[in-house]
Amino acid sequence: MAIRRGRGVAAINYPTGMNLGGDPTQALVHSTPTGNFMVTLSSVDLGQGMKQIMAQICAETIGVPTDRVIIDTADTDTGPHCMGTFASRGTHRAGNAVIQAAKEARQVMLEVAAEELEVDASDLETDGHGNIVVKGAPQKSISIFDVALSAHFKRGRSISGRGMFLIPRSYPDKETGAMKPSTCYAHACTLVEVEVDDETGEVTVLTVKNVFEIGRALNPKMVEQQLVGGSWMGISHALYETTEPYYPSRDHGGTDFNQYLMPGPGDLAETEIIVLERPSADGPFGAKGPGEMCANPQIPAVANAVFDAVGVRVDTLPITPERILRALKAKAAG
Amino acid sequence: MAKVPVQFTLNGSEKAEFIESGTTLLHALRDKIGDTSPKGGCHQGTCGACSVIIDGELKLCCLTLAETCNGADIRTTAGLAQGGVLHPLQRAFLDAFATQCGFCTPGMIMAAKVLLDRTPNPSREDVVEALSGNICRCTGYEPIIQAVLLAARANSQNAA
Repeated sequence: MAIRRGRGVAAINYPTGMNLGGDPTQALVHSTPTGNFMVTLSSVDLGQGMKQIMAQICAETIGVPTDRVIIDTADTDTGPHCMGTFASRGTHRAGNAVIQAAKEARQVMLEVAAEELEVDASDLETDGHGNIVVKGAPQKSISIFDVALSAHFKRGRSISGRGMFLIPRSYPDKETGAMKPSTCYAHACTLVEVEVDDETGEVTVLTVKNVFEIGRALNPKMVEQQLVGGSWMGISHALYETTEPYYPSRDHGGTDFNQYLMPGPGDLAETEIIVLERPSADGPFGAKGPGEMCANPQIPAVANAVFDAVGVRVDTLPITPERILRALKAKAAG
Repeated sequence: MAKVPVQFTLNGSEKAEFIESGTTLLHALRDKIGDTSPKGGCHQGTCGACSVIIDGELKLCCLTLAETCNGADIRTTAGLAQGGVLHPLQRAFLDAFATQCGFCTPGMIMAAKVLLDRTPNPSREDVVEALSGNICRCTGYEPIIQAVLLAARANSQNAA
């Protein structure tokens, strides 16, 4: 009986959003009378930062500072439709919808500014600080505040836009079966080192080294936050989390989340995160979905590391001490 | 059931309430007094989201009867910021990106405050131990540990 060390590696290609087409999300953008921009969504911020990312995307598209954008995700009954926040789809789906809506709103904003400045709208640009200026003649400008006031109280225009994201349904080719299940993939590779006690079946994760290719990181600190948390969740899925841990009798099983195991602050492996940015063709500013994706490669990597350490394949999650010991026993019995 | 009076100090202010005997401090704080910074997670003393400081000790207010708190000095996350300036721990949690959904954050900050009040220059192991009664589902804990260490460094620089 001994503590045995093993290493495992795994790589994943992870589709952003739901496969096979469809997967709609819609967005509405409108300006307030004072030139702030309201983005209305049904997409929910779970704490991953969707509101911040949508504000950045809207601000970048319209050409205003991020703090001029207000995100309203208050009500899925009354907001524009969204399929939901899951499958790493939020940034990609809602982001594309917000870009489309913000472009339409920007066009109206420029048209109103053009009337005020008595120039052609195509000669105007935003300075990113809340003003609209004539290209090549920045001394001729108007603030977006004044443009919004003009639209609301003088010109009778609604500075607003509609946006949506929808992928056409992909049907398999009748002859070959070939199809396009998804338009955007993120990628990841994880290497883990473990120690397995072959007497108790306990696994200690020593190091987790992850490389994530997530398109363009629209907010690098928040992407890192997702990846650090996600890497921990992957280890948690691999080794800890189940509503039905093995017990001889269901009577001894867990009854609520108090008996639902996750690694705590004392169980953390040394974790490394490397981000590669390969902008996606159809993502908002090149983004892909980093959320759910990043909690996946750790799981097969741990399974492979356990195999490397003690020579057994545990193919049921989580890889608990009981399952490892049963596999070792079966292996010894030949 | 007869109501019982309870009086204590909450973040420096005197509070007096009539409560049902058997009411938890969590219920009294959130639903009677209106301080919703302690969160009700498991209501069984497992998750730490309801952590508050009672007479300098870290306590789970979901397991504390309000009527046992007569005369106590109770501190919650809602009382940390002074004059619109965030407490160094709150600042550090922001700067270290140590919160995502935020549900565990008040309990984490209370646990960290008790640690730093007693151990101004904690080791990483000290921080891990201090946070071990608090569950986080989002961050993977490392950013929270780093935030507490950051707050400790900020405190010692201010003291120097």
